[in-house]
Amino acid sequence: MTEHLKLDGISVALDGHPIVRDVSFSLESGQIGSLLGPSGCGKTTLLRAIAGFVQPNTGTIHLRDNPIASADHSLTPEHRNIGMVFQDLALFPHLTVAGNVAFGIRDQSKTVRMARVTELLELTGLEDYADSYPHELSGGQQQRVALVRAMAPQPHVLLLDEPFSGQDIELREQLAREVSGILRHDGITALLVTHDQMEAFAFADVIGVMAAGELHQWDSAYNLYHRPADRFVADFIGQGVFIRGSVMDNGHLQTDLGVIAGELIGAYPPETEVELLVRPDDVIHHDESPQIATVVEKSFRGADHLYTLELPGPTRVLCLAPSHHDHAIGESIGIKLEMDHLVVFACETD
Amino acid sequence: MQNPSQLTLDVKPDKIARMPLSGWTLSSAVLTLLILTPIFTICAFLFAPVSANWAHLTNTVLPEYVRNSLILMTGVTVGAGSIGVTTAWLTSMYQFPGRKVLIWALLLPMAMPAYIIAYTYTGMLDVSGPLQEWIRITFDLQYGEYWFPQIRSIGGAIAMFSLVLYPYVYLLARAAFLDQSVCALDASRTLGCNAWQSFWQVALPLARPAVVAGISLALMETLADYGTVQYFGVATFTTGIFRTWFGMNDAVAAAQLSAMLMLFVFGLIALERWSRRRARYHHTTNTYQTLPEMTLPRTRRYLCTVLCATPVVLGFLIPVAQLLLWSLETFREMVDQRFIELASNSFALAAGAALVAMIPALVLAYGNREQPSLAMRVCTRLSAMGYAIPGTVIAVGVLIPFGALDRWFNGWTIAAFDYRPGLIFSGTVFILLFAYTVRFLAVSLATVEAGLGKIKPSMDEAARSMGSSRLHVLRSVHVPIMRGSLLTAIVIVFVDVLKELPATLVLRPFDFNTLAVRTYELASDERLADSSSAALAIVAVGIVPVILLSTAIARSRAGQSTQRKTA
Repeated sequence: MTEHLKLDGISVALDGHPIVRDVSFSLESGQIGSLLGPSGCGKTTLLRAIAGFVQPNTGTIHLRDNPIASADHSLTPEHRNIGMVFQDLALFPHLTVAGNVAFGIRDQSKTVRMARVTELLELTGLEDYADSYPHELSGGQQQRVALVRAMAPQPHVLLLDEPFSGQDIELREQLAREVSGILRHDGITALLVTHDQMEAFAFADVIGVMAAGELHQWDSAYNLYHRPADRFVADFIGQGVFIRGSVMDNGHLQTDLGVIAGELIGAYPPETEVELLVRPDDVIHHDESPQIATVVEKSFRGADHLYTLELPGPTRVLCLAPSHHDHAIGESIGIKLEMDHLVVFACETD
Repeated sequence: MQNPSQLTLDVKPDKIARMPLSGWTLSSAVLTLLILTPIFTICAFLFAPVSANWAHLTNTVLPEYVRNSLILMTGVTVGAGSIGVTTAWLTSMYQFPGRKVLIWALLLPMAMPAYIIAYTYTGMLDVSGPLQEWIRITFDLQYGEYWFPQIRSIGGAIAMFSLVLYPYVYLLARAAFLDQSVCALDASRTLGCNAWQSFWQVALPLARPAVVAGISLALMETLADYGTVQYFGVATFTTGIFRTWFGMNDAVAAAQLSAMLMLFVFGLIALERWSRRRARYHHTTNTYQTLPEMTLPRTRRYLCTVLCATPVVLGFLIPVAQLLLWSLETFREMVDQRFIELASNSFALAAGAALVAMIPALVLAYGNREQPSLAMRVCTRLSAMGYAIPGTVIAVGVLIPFGALDRWFNGWTIAAFDYRPGLIFSGTVFILLFAYTVRFLAVSLATVEAGLGKIKPSMDEAARSMGSSRLHVLRSVHVPIMRGSLLTAIVIVFVDVLKELPATLVLRPFDFNTLAVRTYELASDERLADSSSAALAIVAVGIVPVILLSTAIARSRAGQSTQRKTA
């Protein structure tokens, strides 16, 4: 087996309520994964099951081919060698930065311990704060202490439970990239839980989208965005709208925006009523285009404009246009659709 | 897919360590029942048939007990309430000379037990005291030819209680004033209130729950007092309980009087709980804001200094000075081998009680953390009820069941082994330690809970994920973080036990004496000067928790301003 961490059909119930249902995925050694989902979707519970704070009701968790948890066996957290960075960081207020970092490697010789602490603090630019106490540090610095404390014992897997949620929004992506860089530098296998997709994109190689305790898709960020496995993932990841259409004999789509050609993802027989996912970047602003749409809403985002356009039908689509294409609300502009592959889902029959 | 029986592990498999399903809840429930034994005992006597003396009591002294208790409560409400609110308002709103010192000095009278301040002022103000003597000599008058207030009266008792109990009101009211949003006060000013009107119409109503809570604590102490009212000859429930138990030898009537006193106390507990609940809604802001600390014209500034210094001078400095003077006169005779023995007796007893009270406090606090449930919360709240129950009532409540236990046990050993072990429960230090635990558990429990609250559950998990066993988490995370709180709990209970008079008086083993009891005995023999050394020792030790309290407050204020965002 090449899997480093492997979850097989994991379900967790707390107080009789099912929280996680039948989740399976695996991470390879050195791979960084992320569990993404709205709050209450069970992602944190799943993380705690991997760490050993809750026991799964069904399924097994393997770490480096050793079973660490199942319905009838559960290795205690301290015997798993799984590191964890907590949402509230959980730094020990009575220990210095160096003391916090050395906590997990207290059994090693003093020289080894000192060397590891120094190495980690240098890696994170905290070498001057070794003797400071956690409350003397800024939020970002505390974050890094929590991270290297968990890294110090060289855990087989590092789990991160929304560690950036306490930070300012502008800082989060940057921190996520920074932390991801540190983990890659040490070749650590990691799993991040978050509800912020930009954070997940910035952090992880592979991302699992969870909702209501189920794992909907375990894939790369590119695929989640461009080839969502189901309607929920399509909705949850990125922006976009669905427009109705029907599959034609040649595999193209007949929609309110005209005939749309492209590679249809999935097999749908002709005449099937479907909904087509149209991302803002699929809609190109083109002055000569015969297809005219009216601007209903606009938001200036610096490098580009995000327009909400209304087409006869009436159908609304989003369009990402370069920053200097400045149009007023009510103005009519030409657009065309550029789609290589068509993401469609069968219409839900009422 | 592997078969579970083929699981191979590189580390010994072991189930997630779980406490037996209700281990914490069970032990907490047992402890709570034990702690509540005296209260149950007293309550049970509400339904017992009345004794022969009862009719006599209700016809003669009972109305007087009720009347005196109500007068005392009204007087202390006005006295402690006005001193506490005024000093709290002035120190939190205005800048005046000496303010920084007075902020903590106003807490000092807490170190002075009411019975000791009563002895001191009696010595100074009584007929034979230096003040009246000076009046007689200066104006050449005889006793009875001039008017002088009688200190040994119900009015005197109210004054004494107000002087040492106002810090409860001061402490809570000041915290409430500091918590108030400046905006509310500013808004009232823009709406046309002057400073005086904003105080009455905005600040005081916002702080009212805190003031009510402070006053109810002061009233609980008033009802619990025995030393002062006994010395001043004010007949109340506590003196009545002593009289019926030891004078009339009627345990049933004493227990029934105790039960009646408990009804007053329950009323106060309800009042305090209710006001604290309301306080939650009155809390307007979470962030600590520095109040403007207005500056006043010079004369008013000094008026503020005088107003705030007066309670400190009257409630602490003058009595301490008097005790020092007396003690200088008498310490050569009084501080002898016997005094050392007395002090070490007291200290050992207090330290023992502080440590014993720690055990149920730890079990209940950890139970609430590990197995939070409604049952656990109820256990905790019920066990903490003793702080409101007067020492006299607790004494009666433990003496009855443990006396019965001793009688039963002796009967059994005589029948079985023809051996009489004596009063091993009710006649030893055991019963004192038990009574102290019942009375002061609330103190250690609150402190331990506050300490435990600082350890977030994620800290346990962080340590476990770094390979710590449960025991190691306890040793390397909990103990160091909690050390300060545990020490504080021990110190506060230690001092409370040292000051405690009525329960000690009733329950102490034969020939076992403490500083408090000795002070009481000497004062009762009108040997006030001789009692001063023991009294001074009690006051000196009593200052320790006051210092702890004031530094804790100062630190929490400072901490809030430097604390960075960590959530």
